[in-house]
Amino acid sequence: MNLSTLVREDMHALYRFLVLTRMLEERLETLFKQGHIVGGLYRSLGQEATAVGTAYALQDGDWLAPSIRDAGALYVRGLPPIAMLRQYTAREASPCAGKDNTNHFTIPELGLLGPISPLGTQLCVLNGISLTFRQRGEPRVCMTYQGEGASRTGTSHEGFAMAAALDLPMVIVLEHNRWSFGTPSYRASAVEDWADTAGAYGLPVRSVDGNDLLQVYEAAREAVERARSGGGPGVIVAETYRMSGHAQHDSQKYIPSEELDEWRARDPIGRFERVLLEDGWLSDAGLAEIRDDVDQELTRAVDTVLSEPHPPAESSRTRVYADPRQDPPEPWTRTLATESEAR
Amino acid sequence: MAVITYRDALNRALREEMERDDSVFLLGEEVGEYDGAYKVSKGLLDQFGEWRVRDTPIAENGFAGLGVGAAMVGLRPVVEFMTWNFALLAYDAIVNSAAKMYHMSGGQYNVPIVFRGPGGSALQLAAQHSQVPDPWYANIPGLKVCAPATPADALGLLKSAIRDDDPVVFIEGELLYNVKGEVPDGEHLVPIGVAEVKRPGADVTIVAHGKMVHVALQAAEHLAKELEVEAEVVDLRSLRPLDTASVIESVQRTHRAVVVEEGWPISGIGAQVVDDIQREAFDSLDAPVARVSGLDVPMHYARSLEKLIVPGPEPVIEAVKHVCYLD
Ligand SMILES: Cc1ncc(C[n+]2csc(CCOP(=O)(O)OP(=O)(O)O)c2C)c(N)n1
Repeated sequence: MNLSTLVREDMHALYRFLVLTRMLEERLETLFKQGHIVGGLYRSLGQEATAVGTAYALQDGDWLAPSIRDAGALYVRGLPPIAMLRQYTAREASPCAGKDNTNHFTIPELGLLGPISPLGTQLCVLNGISLTFRQRGEPRVCMTYQGEGASRTGTSHEGFAMAAALDLPMVIVLEHNRWSFGTPSYRASAVEDWADTAGAYGLPVRSVDGNDLLQVYEAAREAVERARSGGGPGVIVAETYRMSGHAQHDSQKYIPSEELDEWRARDPIGRFERVLLEDGWLSDAGLAEIRDDVDQELTRAVDTVLSEPHPPAESSRTRVYADPRQDPPEPWTRTLATESEAR
Repeated sequence: MAVITYRDALNRALREEMERDDSVFLLGEEVGEYDGAYKVSKGLLDQFGEWRVRDTPIAENGFAGLGVGAAMVGLRPVVEFMTWNFALLAYDAIVNSAAKMYHMSGGQYNVPIVFRGPGGSALQLAAQHSQVPDPWYANIPGLKVCAPATPADALGLLKSAIRDDDPVVFIEGELLYNVKGEVPDGEHLVPIGVAEVKRPGADVTIVAHGKMVHVALQAAEHLAKELEVEAEVVDLRSLRPLDTASVIESVQRTHRAVVVEEGWPISGIGAQVVDDIQREAFDSLDAPVARVSGLDVPMHYARSLEKLIVPGPEPVIEAVKHVCYLD
């Protein structure tokens, strides 16, 4: 494995992103239980290394479109953790101003395209972004993610076919985490090796242990470099496991506990910690220091966010059209309601 | 009479029709092993086996099209969409295949299929996951469209939809699954295309469907208590065919009307209802007909804004006061 490019700071940063992803989601779960978060809450528990390792292979100016279990990739791309808390708790100061939810961040300065709820569509849209870079001769790469379930949609197939036919600078990460809602992946498709799906589009593919951060990073670096140098799109199949239910409402009781135990032993954070310790990148104390630091940052961030306002009522009719004069007027029944309330 | 939830009423409808007719089968994402994303199909896999309760990959246009084919040659598929938001990806199969097959085959193939699932906003699921699909389907000749508000209507209409020889779009309320109500014992069928007065009243007619029936009823209670205005609430129940006659009959008695819907105002269901009223009951009207709808914006995630976008009883009360010249 060629890790020559990773130096000590990288190893520390990678560890920080992993624990940040997990600890922030733990905070979100608490906020959910306290009623501060109401809609969907999806965890990336057990899959943190896939998101962090792949995104770490990108450079400034590249674009990334995460799926619901790729929060870690967003932090790597520069999303401040507090923005995640603001978005989930619908604060006015969140990047999408309370309009969108979960990890649906579209932030041009960070090169982020948020998930689009109907699975598969996002890949098609990101293709358009990468096409533009290519047409302009800009050496920028676009990376996106899909669960194996999402990869069964027609739009996903169209997205793969389009990326391949137009030879776009895309890296598509297929997260084979074994479950899609309550459906095991072997019931969603007849393929046994999910790498075979890339062959259908004539795309180069590399399968990795998605819970091995360095292996993931290495495969992503290869694919990103190929795409950047005009070699076209590539696919990475990350073999991993969804360690939590689909969302907060799903107790996951349909999953055999032996299977969870088996994958718990392959936890990506524990494994990376062992690498850091064994290869002398960090000591036990060093690991603890990073965790404590993240914990304190999150405590401060949660306190700040909970004291911030939700978006004001006036904003319910804004940002529909690029020209604000075309945003809809207040309907007459609501004007009356506000007036009679004031009376 | 038993009191059951809207969810259990749908489950009962599916179970009764599957027991009655072997050609009825259910397919969609998570309908089998998982009992449905909203648990509507609970226990059906155990009772009927996997060929009649079929889990599918995430491929909406694929399984909706599959349903159409099966319906053409003798089965009666019930296709569940996890929500109607995802059915946008199957719009082609519904609009081009299901709705047009009978017509374009010169009447050789009818398509007895039901497409069902939850529509409308729930709680903080943002713009792509909170849409009201009603007018998108009510606009299409060849389809029938139902949107029940109560457990009894959910039961009776779904059974009728399954027995119908044409494609039926069946829009459930994502926030109605836990609503409880009385349901008749024994066979209960509600005909498609027949509205029902959910609350009688002499002063004004409020027309609504789906979740908005409950909002209209709340508004009516308030109006009776605070203003001594007795509102008649007419539940459309079906959006295509639309029971214009029942609406007109009510307006001819009350002389005033407010039409409520959850979705967007432009080209909404209310626009059609108002058109029918002004044409058929013009001489009975004492005031212009008023409409209340969701705000003309994509749904926001923030609860504070979501509450402003979806109509609650307040704008309905204001609209009634307006048509009764009480404001
Ligand atoms: C087109 C479409 N159909 C259904 C859904 C509802 N849905 C959201 S996530 C999900 C399961 C996704 O599974 P997978 O792609 O394997 O990702 P994982 O949850 O395992 O990370 C489903 C069915 C959706 N978002 N889009």
